[in-house]
Parts: sequence; C-alpha cells; structure tokens
Amino acid sequence: MAEPFRMFTSRAIPLSAENVDTDQIVPARYLKVTDKDGLAEALFRDWRFEADGSLKDPPFVLDRPEMAGRRILLVGDNFGAGSSREHAPWALSAWGIRAILSTSYADIFRSNSLKNSVLPIVVDHATHARLFQLLAADPDAEFTIDLSEQGVLLPDGSTIDFDIDPFAKRMILAGTDELGYLLAKAPDIDAWEARHPARIDSRVGAA
Amino acid sequence: MSSPRTIVDKIWTDHVVVQDPGAPAVLAIDLHLVHEVTSPQAFSGLRARGLRVRHPGQTVATADHSIPTTPRGLPMLDAMAAAQISQLEANCAEFGIPLHGIGSPSQGIVHVIGPQLGLTQPGMTIVCGDSHTSTHGAFGALAFGIGTSEVEMVLATQTLLQRDPRTYEVRVDGTLAPGVSAKDVILALISRIGIGGGTGHVFEYTGSAIRGLTMEQRMTICNMSIEGGARAGLIAPDDTTFQYLHGRPNAPAGAAWDTALETWRRLPSDDGAAYDKSITIDADGLEPMVTYGTNPGMGIPITSNVPSPDDQADPGQRRALERALDYMDLRPGQPILGQKVDVVFVGSCTNGRISDLRLAAGVLKDRHIADGVRLMVVPGSDEVKREAEAEGLAEIFRAAGAEWRESGCSMCIAMNGDQLAPGQYAVSTSNRNFEGRQGKGGRTFLASPLTAAASAIAGVVADPRRLPGIEALAAVGGR
Repeated sequence: MAEPFRMFTSRAIPLSAENVDTDQIVPARYLKVTDKDGLAEALFRDWRFEADGSLKDPPFVLDRPEMAGRRILLVGDNFGAGSSREHAPWALSAWGIRAILSTSYADIFRSNSLKNSVLPIVVDHATHARLFQLLAADPDAEFTIDLSEQGVLLPDGSTIDFDIDPFAKRMILAGTDELGYLLAKAPDIDAWEARHPARIDSRVGAA
Repeated sequence: MSSPRTIVDKIWTDHVVVQDPGAPAVLAIDLHLVHEVTSPQAFSGLRARGLRVRHPGQTVATADHSIPTTPRGLPMLDAMAAAQISQLEANCAEFGIPLHGIGSPSQGIVHVIGPQLGLTQPGMTIVCGDSHTSTHGAFGALAFGIGTSEVEMVLATQTLLQRDPRTYEVRVDGTLAPGVSAKDVILALISRIGIGGGTGHVFEYTGSAIRGLTMEQRMTICNMSIEGGARAGLIAPDDTTFQYLHGRPNAPAGAAWDTALETWRRLPSDDGAAYDKSITIDADGLEPMVTYGTNPGMGIPITSNVPSPDDQADPGQRRALERALDYMDLRPGQPILGQKVDVVFVGSCTNGRISDLRLAAGVLKDRHIADGVRLMVVPGSDEVKREAEAEGLAEIFRAAGAEWRESGCSMCIAMNGDQLAPGQYAVSTSNRNFEGRQGKGGRTFLASPLTAAASAIAGVVADPRRLPGIEALAAVGGR
C-alpha cells in the first residue's frame, strides 16, 4: 500500500535525453535483488559512475548538489522504453521522484509507474519545450503538482493541465492498489471461470 | 451482421470478466509465465497479504535470466543470482507452481519453452514479467509483458486490469531474398517507425511474407514487437501454427484437439476489419539489417552507411544520433560493412531456437571464425541444445572455434557474467543494443543469425548474401 498522493511543490531535474530505456534507469546487474531495498543507488548507475566507482566529472545531473531532494524529473520523449522491470519506478521512487514530465512514455513503464505512485505526466511538445526553456532560464523554478485538479502550477501562476487515467488517479489519490480492487471481484472471476474452463494444466508432464 | 473484428478484438472480448464504468477491464489470463528476476517481490507480496496462487496449473516457471551458461555441474559463483534462483525454487514449491528449473530437461528461456511445451496456444491471453512475452503472439495469442505488481495480481487472481488496446496492422507482402530473414523484417519495421512507434498499440502482422514464415521465424518477429513500442504483436493462426502445436505435451489431444481447432480457425481478423494504424513493408526490397546505434530503431540495410547527425532536421534526433555514435565510436557516413567485431553472440529468445542454430551452423560448416573473435552460441533451451547436438550442429560450432554453452538468456541481458568488456564490439542475434546492455561500455550491432555467423568468420560486420551457397541456406528447414 502506498501513501495517499498529496499535492506537492518541488524544483525539477532536467534530463533532455530522448528514448531513455529502463536498462539506463536500472542496469540489469542490479536486478538480482529479491526485495525493493537499495535501488536508489542503482538509479542511472552507469550514467553516474565511472568503471572505478567514482562519480563522473562533471557529474551526471542527478549528482549535482543543487538537485538533491528534487522530486520532479523533466525528461525527453518516450521515457522508459524497453524492459518491463518494475525496478525502474522502484528506483525512481526510492530516489524521491514523485512525478515525471515528458511527451510520452513506454507502455509498460507508464503502467508500472502508476502502480508505484510515480506520476508519468504527459505534456504536448510545445509545453515540453517551454518547460526545458523555463528550467534553462531559472534552474530553481518551482512547480506544484496537483493530481486531484490534474494540473502543474508554474512559477508565473499559469497551470498546465494534464490527462490521466481516471481509475489510476483514484487509486493513487487514495493510496490503494489494484490488487485490492481485483480481489473484491472474486465473485465475478468465479462466475467467469465457471463458464470458461482452464485451457491448460501446466502441471501435466512437469517435474 | 456485426461489424468485422480483428483478432485482437476477438481475444479481448473473450477474456473480459467484468468492467466497471470508468475503470479498466478485468481481463482473464490463460497462461502466466514466471522467472527468477521479476517474481520474488510478487511472492513476498502474496505472503504479506496471506494470499495463495489462484491457479498454479495456469502458471509455469523457469530459471533463465541470471543463470550461468557454463557446464551445469559447476557451482554458481554469483551469490546474489544463486539466492534468487533458490528463492524461485522455494516460491514454486510453496505455491505449487510447476518449475522447469536448472537441471530439468525442459529448462530454457521462458519464451522458448512456452511454445515448446505446447502451453502457448492460439486465442489465449499470456503474460509474463518480461517484455519479450510478445513472442507468444506468433501463435495468435494476446501476449504481453507486465511489471512485478501485475505479476502479483495475476498470481493472486488470474486476472489483470487492462485498457482496450489499439491495433496496428503491419503488412509484409512479397518474398524474402536468400540471406534475408525474419530478424531483418522486424529490424526494418522498427527502423521505420522508431522505438516508440507502436506505443499504445498491438501489432498484427499480416501479408504473404508473414504467411510464408515458419513458427520459429514468426516468433522472432513477434518477439521484437516491444522494440517498436508495442506491448504485444501477433499473427493469426493458420495450418503452420496448428502443425507446430499438434502433439506437443500440453497441446489439446484427441477430440479436444478437433474442438480447439474449430475455435482457433475462427480467430483470424475478419475481412474488412479496421485498424487504428497501418504500415506496409515490401519483403522483396529488404536487405539484411544491422543496427549502428544504441536503440533497436537505429538500424540500416547492411550495405548502407552510418547516418550523419548533420542530416537530421530534428534537433532532438540530431543530439540522440550524436550521442549514439559517440558511444559506439562510429564515424558519420562510414560503411557499417567491414566494421571490426570482437564478439559474436548467437542465442536469446529472439534467435536461440533450433532453426536459428541451423542457419548459423550452415554458415559456419567447414569454416573457422576469424582470429581474435569470440563466438558464443547459447541454445534457447535444454531441448534445443539436445536437438542441436543430435543433429551435429554443436560439432560444427566447436570445429569453427565457437563456444557451445548451456541454455539461458546469457549475453542478451548480461546478468550472468556472459558479457562484453568495455569498448568491445559485438554482432548479436539478441533484441537490444542499449548502452551497456551486453556489459558496461560494450557496443552491440543487432543482426540475424546469418549475418552474425558471417561476421564471426570475417571478423568484421559482413553481408551473408556474399557467402557461397547462401541460396541453399535459405532453404534450411525449421518449424
């Protein structure tokens, strides 16, 4: 169960790269964990560290001192491509990221993020470009993310409206998860299964 | 008369359990595939809530991602990977899930063993905590990758919450030239639409070239749907599909086979069914494809030159190309043919099946790989390994100087120690060329098994069409 999502205000981390894949967000060698702990250190690992374990010089954007504590990530198009690893939103969440701003997300990443209360906010291309310009002009600009009103409040007082799946919105605002919803559908599932016998039994012939 | 429907629509409608207004559909799942990497936290979640696995008989597990491909008798040197495998074994035992684990004759990459066991069938919904679950779409199933939260949901309820997907027809007509294969078709598609081109959609591959493919070739194409941004990609079932399935351990038999066949024959999209998007590819015009950059959309026909950032109108694409060429250490405008290669990898859920190995062996027979090149051949499953050994393929690989290894995901994901050294170049039959995918600092050229084998012999990226006898290889059998 996640905490109910509350409106928050934060500065943003700009990462202009496009098509950032989940292998960059969490390299595969960090997928050997059997829990969700410690993934913050895996976040963008190979973009942050040299082979000898020292930080890159100049540092990757996440490691610039002024970026500490920022909860919004502004990224290029098609963020989260590739692997289905939920370790990607787990790592972003562990780092403290609560909302992402982009023009688009890969389907599985978007779905995984919503299940971890990391908001994948979609903005149009013009707004996207404007946000990068705004951050270039004022790197410490603050944004307020208001999920219930589906708006991003900018420093000049204007608001960017965004769409979100109404069901996901309800779940995130309440801090409930989809499994609870599905478990409550047990009578419907029972009835469906009574009409649709299982097509296979994977236990047949298995060790 | 109801309006014509696509196969996606038919499978979808067949599986909607219930849908509340404003909510996604509760979608019934026929088959859930499980592996060691994306399942431990899901099982922990079940335990924390005191839940059981609703249908162990519709669930099947294997170990593939993090296992070594060195001889099976050797101990696992990676303690974390070993712990993950032990946890999978314990979880499967506790929850009653059949496990085709290390040492089992049916072990293999999850997307290789599903079809091999006959578990993958037309008209099914199939999920797995792995993005290459789209592979199973080759059988006319709606198959897609899910995250670990969803793995937990499917374990507990045998359902998922899903929004109705949009459809994208990928029509491939014509005939592939000798030396051009299924891998080249899918790389060509992704190079045209980009890695986000299919986002929000399910691909349906249609057309005469697709109909002419074997099941294993169809699996190669559906496998990489996700690299085009589509969570799923499928091909309507036909006699090729039924022939492949008939007699497999978990396929229907006897009267049940006839009933199933009747149902399956009704699955193909109706004439005149509408798609949300479409694209047509001319198979006759395709060359072998190879990637030059750091995502699967950065691919070119093998006789082409590496593109130049100066030719990119869009500033974002220019930056992305500059970054990719910098990582790959390639020059704009240079030919890709002749580019030096250190390692060649033949394997993965994309190209690790018996017909892939036959093609690679066909090229390597009576030849030897170039000095300084390492060639790893990793069968997609233990069964593929036994088959290749029985056919004499393993001997051909060894005689050519290759390493013949145990089955697993291996250097496709490089979690198990099979990896590139920083700066090394690989021609790989796998599915992803992302930065560091095959080892930190490693550089990947994605290509077909034919191109990979030809490149291993040449020591540089090489065009398989220039090999003597390529016409005969084009006829190498598969199923």
